[in-house]
Formats: sequence, C-alpha cells, structure tokens
Amino acid sequence: MSGITSSAATLPYPSAPGRAAQHPVISLSAVHKIYGEGEAEVRALDGVGLSIARGEFVAIIGASGSGKSTMMNIIGCLDAPTSGEYRLDGIATGELDEHQLAQIRNRKIGFVFQNFNLIPRTRAVDNVAMPLAYRGVSRRERHERAMAALDAVGLSERASHLPSQLSGGQQQRVAIARALVTEPVLLLADEPTGALDTHASHEVLDLFDSLHATGRSIVMITHELDVAARAERTVRMQDGLIIADSRTGGVA
Amino acid sequence: MILEAVRFAFSGIAANKMRSALTTLGIVIGISAVIALLAVGAGTQNSIKSQIAKLGTNVLTVNRSVSTGGRSTGGSATSTRSQSTNLTQADQQALQDPVLAPDVAATAPVVQAQSITAALGTSTHSIASTLGTTGDYFGITDFAAAAGRVLNAGDTGQSVVVLGNSVAADLAANTASLVGQSVSLNGQQFTVVGVLAAKGTSGLNDPDDVAMVPIDTAKDKFTGYSLSLSSIAVQAKSADVMVQAQNEIQQILDARHQVTEANRDYQVRNQAQLLTTATSTTQTLTTLLGAVAGISLLVGGIGVMNIMLVTVTERTREIGIRKAIGATRGNIVAQFLVESLIVSVLGGVMGILLGVGISSIPLFGVTPEVQWWTVWLSVGVSAAIGLVFGIYPANKAARLRPIDALRYE
Ligand SMILES: Nc1ncnc2c1ncn2[C@@H]1O[C@H](COP(=O)(O)OP(=O)(O)OP(=O)(O)O)[C@@H](O)[C@H]1O
Ligand SMILES: [Mg+2]
Repeated sequence: MSGITSSAATLPYPSAPGRAAQHPVISLSAVHKIYGEGEAEVRALDGVGLSIARGEFVAIIGASGSGKSTMMNIIGCLDAPTSGEYRLDGIATGELDEHQLAQIRNRKIGFVFQNFNLIPRTRAVDNVAMPLAYRGVSRRERHERAMAALDAVGLSERASHLPSQLSGGQQQRVAIARALVTEPVLLLADEPTGALDTHASHEVLDLFDSLHATGRSIVMITHELDVAARAERTVRMQDGLIIADSRTGGVA
Repeated sequence: MILEAVRFAFSGIAANKMRSALTTLGIVIGISAVIALLAVGAGTQNSIKSQIAKLGTNVLTVNRSVSTGGRSTGGSATSTRSQSTNLTQADQQALQDPVLAPDVAATAPVVQAQSITAALGTSTHSIASTLGTTGDYFGITDFAAAAGRVLNAGDTGQSVVVLGNSVAADLAANTASLVGQSVSLNGQQFTVVGVLAAKGTSGLNDPDDVAMVPIDTAKDKFTGYSLSLSSIAVQAKSADVMVQAQNEIQQILDARHQVTEANRDYQVRNQAQLLTTATSTTQTLTTLLGAVAGISLLVGGIGVMNIMLVTVTERTREIGIRKAIGATRGNIVAQFLVESLIVSVLGGVMGILLGVGISSIPLFGVTPEVQWWTVWLSVGVSAAIGLVFGIYPANKAARLRPIDALRYE
C-alpha cells in the first residue's frame, strides 16, 4: 500500500531525460490480440504497428468490431497484447509488473471513457482528485489541483455535485478533468462524445482542441467523421488491422 | 495512504447505510451474546459460592455413608460392625476430645425431621428443613437470632423451637412478635424462643426455610427414639486446619467404627469440596453458553464476508475505474479490508456496550458479572473477523484485471 508513493525511479526509464522528446509517445509493433481458442478464436488485433509522436492529436476510426477499443485498452495499459511489443514513452510495457503498470496508468495516462465512468455517490471534485490520492499527493494540494482542473473544463461551480446531479456533457467534462489532473503525457478517449448530444460534443471537442494546443498528445476513437476531422491525423482500422493512416491537416 | 483507504472505506459504508447496519448487527449480537452469557455464567458461579459460604465457615459435615453402610467386612466382628453403622451422639461427643482432635472447635449432632408443617392460626408453612440439634449448631452454621435467642442447654427436652426467617415471615407479618407465642408443628405445640436473622436467598434453595428444636425433643416428637444421627456438624478452628481437622475426625471415627479408609461407613465433607463440585458444574455450563455465543459470532462473521462479497461484486466497475486511474492491488485490498474491519470493529464496540448493558440486569435470579477478559477478547475477535472474513473479498476485488472490471455489467 505504501508503494503508490514510491518515486518514478522504480519505473525502468530507458534513456536520459534529454532524449525523452526523441522517442514516440506510443509505439506499437506487430501487436496481436487474440480472444478465445480454436473455433471461437477472434483475432481482435492482427499485427498492428503504430507510432504516435509527442503532441500529436490522432483520431482512430473504423467499423464496429474492427478492434479500436482493443487497441486503445492496450495503449492505456488496461490490457496486455497476446504478442508484439508496446512501448509507452519509451518504456517496454511487456516487462512491467502489475504494480508498475498501475503507476504508469496513474502517471502517464489520462483515460476518458464513452460512458464517463465516474465513481457514483462521490462528489465531482473528489472524483477528479482521486488519481492524485493514489499518487500520495497531500489532501490540500489534491483539492487545489482538482479545483484547477474543474476550472479548466468550466465546471468549478459544480465541484460539490454528485455525478447523478450532472448532465452527460458535464459528467464527461468531469471525467476529462480527472484525466488531466495528473498532467499525463497521453490523453486517451474511447468515443468520448458517443453518449453526448451535438452541443455537449462540441464543448468536449473544443476542450480537446485547447489541450492539443498546449502540446498534449491525444488519441481519440470516434465513429463520426466530423469528430475525426478535429484531429490532425486519422488512423482507420478494419478487422484488426490499420488500413489507412492519413494526416488531415489538424485543428479546424 | 492508509488514511486514504479509511476515507474510501467510510464512503463505501455510508453509501449503503442499511446494509452496513444489518451486517454490523450480526457482529453486535454475537459479541454481546458472548459477553452477556459468560457474565451470566460467572454470576451463577458467584451465587453458588456465596450460597455455600452461607452454610457456615470452616464447617465439616460428617454423614453416614449409604454405599458402604450395609456392607460386611470379612475380618471385623459382626456385632461391632452392626453397631457402628450409625453415627451416634457418642461419636459426636468423641470428636470433642481436645487431645485427639485439637483442631476441632465445636460439634453439634443433627437429626433431620421430614415434612414438618408449621401453623399459627390460619397461616401454615411447610418447612424445607426441620432439625433437632443443640445450641452449638447455630455458631457452627453461622445462624444468629434476630429476635429472642437460639437454643441452649436449658432447652433439652422442652417443646421449644427456633424459626428460620422464611418460616417466621410466612406465619406472621411481624416476625419478632412470634417470640413467646405457641406454634404448632405437625399438630404439636411448640413455644417459639427465637427467630433467626435472614441469610438471604440466592436462587437454588432457601437457607432460611428452617426450624430447629432441641435434639431430644425432635427424637421424642418426630423421628422416634434412636441412637442414630443424620449428621454431625463440625467446626474447625480455622480455614487453614480443615484438612487436619478432617484427618482427626477420620482417625477417631475409624477407631470407633473399626473401619479403614477402604470400608468407611461415613464420610466427612467440607465446604471447599462442595465448592469445587459446584464450580466445575457451572464451569461446564459457562463453557456451553460461551460456545453457543461463539457460534453466533461466527455466523455474524460469515455475514460480514457475505456482504463484502456482494459489495465487491456490486462495485466491480468502481474497482475497474480505480485501477484505470492508477490504484494498485494494495490500494484496493486496503480499501475493502478497512471497510470490513470498520464494520466488524464497530459491531464489536457496540456489542461490548450492549453486552455490558445486558449484564447489568439480573437474569434468572443471578447477577451477571462481566468478565473483562471477554471484553478484550471480543475486541480482538471482532478485529480478527474483519480481517479474516474481509481478506478473501478484498483479494478478489484486487485481483480483478482492470479491463474485466471495467467491462463488468
Ligand atoms: N473480452 C473479449 N472476448 C472475446 N472477444 C472480444 C472481447 N473483447 C472484444 N472482443 C472481440 O474483439 C473484436 C474487436 O472488439 P473491439 O471492442 O475492439 O471493437 P471496436 O472497434 O471498439 O468496436 P465498437 O466500435 O463497436 O466499439 C470484436 O470482434 C469483439 O467481439
Ligand atoms: Mg469500442
């Protein structure tokens, strides 16, 4: 239990800090993810290679069942590939134990889900502050940083509301604040606007644009092409493979 | 970080107040049952002790021994043998020998009259124990007169009676007024010379439900003339010489009855032995009560585990979210373990309060006495329950892979 506070030194950094900017934030090579066996075998990812540089805003599109979420979960260290290598910020994740993976999720990644995934019966500000609690940040600092993050998503007046007292768009903004509060190198979003109406979607996407503008790397799954158009790069998937990867010119 | 776990655990408990309260109740009942039942056991033991103490101090009782009384012994003369099967007043007087029995302070012969009913006017009372004895008996058994006097040598052959407090209270509202009055015992008139001070009842039987008459009078009017005594009451000089006194009695009576340890036709009992027997009986009872309470505590513990398993299942998604934002296995174990600890220790504390509360009320005629070791034990046990029954659900929660937990519907 004391491990949460342990320093980043326990993470195997492969290189000196000065070289950090040189390696891609995400690097997948020949990644397979196979569910089931024999007849029931599903090759959700069938040899994916992908490299995303620091500061990129990438949209992932593709038909339902093409493997987008599977890939996103591997990128987010929520799941491990069946085979292939995944390097996050230069770290070979396959070599990490569970404890180190938890630290990676806490320090390097901010996750935004389609269905918000806020913890029920817990105030917005406490939801936002939670990742910091697992990092051993003091209570006061946690609160300050959570309030700042809520302010950044325009919800500081709703800090004391419970998730059930917030609209879908507001809940998603709280979730984004939670993802940002640790200042991760990577923001992952799996259909963040999937459960939102057009207006709320725009608010969320505008937020992503401004985050991108401040240099954060963002990977976002979406079904909607106009949403994908916000990104500067679009990766298209089909049957567990990347079939297209194009630069679309970026921020609208 | 433990502080964090405590905070998360409390909010988990608060989120489901009713369920947490019911789970806690299981522990409350278990712990309070353990404390209260063991207190009742200890209380029973105390009351038996004090009851036996009321029989008198340093008292040895010589009884005829029924089991060996009829047996003949090969070597000894049959004539002597048949004579010696009974305890006699001569035996009693022989025990007062200051040379052979230096540790005997006083002795009194006792004959017991069966089913005697006392009557005064329209009031009647069936006396539990009517004794024919001498004045020494009162000193030995620690009876004192509340009004009038006890028996003395001058009463020999007279129709006088000393009434125990319960008997007197049944015959007249003002017990002191009975002194000098005539009461009938099984239709025969006796003059009351004294009423005894109450020893106080304590559940099992009433030491005040007695009447004493001079021994010759008892033989004359109730038991019929016989050499035989029911028992001899003996007082040792002090509690420290009980064993010596008992040995002296046995030497004197063995010689008089021409018996040995193997074929004794009498037995000498002392209060300490009675106490040991009674204590071991109540100890068995206490153990039994404790076992029953322990089982209810175990059931309470299983209740905690059950609820924690439900909680873990119900909050699988929450566990997934926490893991996704960086909670380690340790964090999750701590959160759920602390939660089950809080529930069971809270239950333990309330159970202690309830158990101690219940123990302050007299139950079944005994005043329960809280055994403080059971309180400390309960604290330990309830914490152990929280740990033991919480560890499995907590581990189950912590082992979930984040992706599986997040997908859980
Ligand atoms: N836990 C699992 N067990 C078995 N098969 C799975 C599992 N998770 C995903 N799959 C399969 O893997 C394939 C890819 O699923 P994935 O969730 O990555 O699709 P997706 O591109 O995110 O689809 P959508 O756009 O509908 O979200 C699907 O065929 C799916 O049935
Ligand atoms: Mg998906």
